[in-house]
Amino acid sequence: MEAFLHQVLAGLATGGIYASVALALVMIYQATHHLNFAQGEMAMFSTYIAWSLISAGLPYWAAFALTVVFAFILGVVIERVVIRPVENAPVLAVVVVFIALLVILNSVTGWIYTYTIKTFPSPFPAQPLFGNKYVSSHELGAIGVTLAVLLLLYGFFRYTPLGLAMRAAAQNPDSSRLVGIRVGWMLALGWGLAAAIGSVAGMMVAPIVYLDPNMMGGILLYAFAAALVGGIDNPGGAVFGGFLVGVLENVLGAFVIGNELKLAVALVLIIGVLVVRPSGFFGKVYVTRV
Amino acid sequence: MALLEVTQLHAAYGQTRVLHGISFAMEAGTITTLLGANGAGKTTTLRALCAMVKTQGEIRFAGERIDGRATEDIVRLGIAHVPDGRGTFVNLSTEENLRLGAYTRKDREAVEADLERIYGYFPRLKERRAQQAGTLSGGEQQMLAVSRGLMLRPQLMLLDEPSFGLAPLVVRELFAILRAVNERERVSLLLVEQNAALALELADHAYLIETGRVVLSGTADEIKRNDAVRSSYLGY
Repeated sequence: MEAFLHQVLAGLATGGIYASVALALVMIYQATHHLNFAQGEMAMFSTYIAWSLISAGLPYWAAFALTVVFAFILGVVIERVVIRPVENAPVLAVVVVFIALLVILNSVTGWIYTYTIKTFPSPFPAQPLFGNKYVSSHELGAIGVTLAVLLLLYGFFRYTPLGLAMRAAAQNPDSSRLVGIRVGWMLALGWGLAAAIGSVAGMMVAPIVYLDPNMMGGILLYAFAAALVGGIDNPGGAVFGGFLVGVLENVLGAFVIGNELKLAVALVLIIGVLVVRPSGFFGKVYVTRV
Repeated sequence: MALLEVTQLHAAYGQTRVLHGISFAMEAGTITTLLGANGAGKTTTLRALCAMVKTQGEIRFAGERIDGRATEDIVRLGIAHVPDGRGTFVNLSTEENLRLGAYTRKDREAVEADLERIYGYFPRLKERRAQQAGTLSGGEQQMLAVSRGLMLRPQLMLLDEPSFGLAPLVVRELFAILRAVNERERVSLLLVEQNAALALELADHAYLIETGRVVLSGTADEIKRNDAVRSSYLGY
């Protein structure tokens, strides 16, 4: 029982990270109907920036904040420079651009920082909090940080005029222009926010999986599974999916299929959802007359 | 000086040319209507004014040239476009739709007051303020579209077939409010309508458009009495 509880809590911690990346994917999907395959590598690159800042002697939380800002700017710049020109291109062209971004970010990071695995510090104490034996401080802290990010985002989209304008621009670009919303900038802002969320996820997962240019590969796969389970166009669903995938992966890995097959859980989920219920648990079903 | 002055306006969707040098003008504070059959180019004219279609020719608003500017910038000059098909943000609430109408305004308190004023015009929207706008009836969505336009506090409002698909009673209600808006708030209206009788009742001036050109213009009364218009558009 104790072991089970431990696995569930650890699953929630990684699940929060999947949830964040899934949310970043969904945000961009809602606005553009494209899946950003480079989302994970953008997060990985930002995490390396955080590592550089911390190595240069900055306190953890200062480096954390600077990295989030950097990631935001990186996202905006990528949208403006790389994505904007292919705005109206066929889907496959966009997919190729995303994959190119993935490869470029991955190899540039490897070139700058080498492929040697590095440790990344956790801001939370090494001893478990409150003397509990089920969950490490970092896991608990990661859950807390994830929840804080999700709450902040919810508040931003729900209660601020800019958040409302971003939702409007994603849904109905024509009408948005007619009320004076600069739709192109809203997209860039969406990319910035998605990258910022990703960077937080990267910094939270790096102490667990260690820092290396390929660290986000598996995580991106889990995040895809999470987004699909929740419904690719539903932010709340993506978050739910993230936590669900995190717990499933951990519990199944520990007690049923063994650690080696953990990643298969994500793949089985992706295929299963696509076959049985392509719109996910909470996604909208679109019916088109032909 | 005319509030809106359009000279030799051409527009095309890809290879298909729709407007062939339309010219018209309207004074501030007036209601002008563009009449014409399906496909005459009425909707395209309104879209051209807001840079939603590629154009050639000159558009002046309050003396300033606005052709070639982006839609978002034209809106900021005080031109509200109530589009064909209503343009509802279907997943947002009624009130969020209205607030988006005031997106470019900085006077927060006046926006709150305008929201209440509009709920005064359309009490039904107030009842449904928290409801998802996509679930409103056609008539309610049309009221919402007009209201969203009004939230801009526009100088000029472009209305594309506001009567389309509405029950006659609802149309009468809507047009009474449009008249009130014009008289009380001095909002100029440029109205596109297939229902010529209705439009001529409201408007001061009218232009008749056929295949992308103005073929007749005058005061609403003159147009009403014109024999060709009577037989082709008014049906008596």
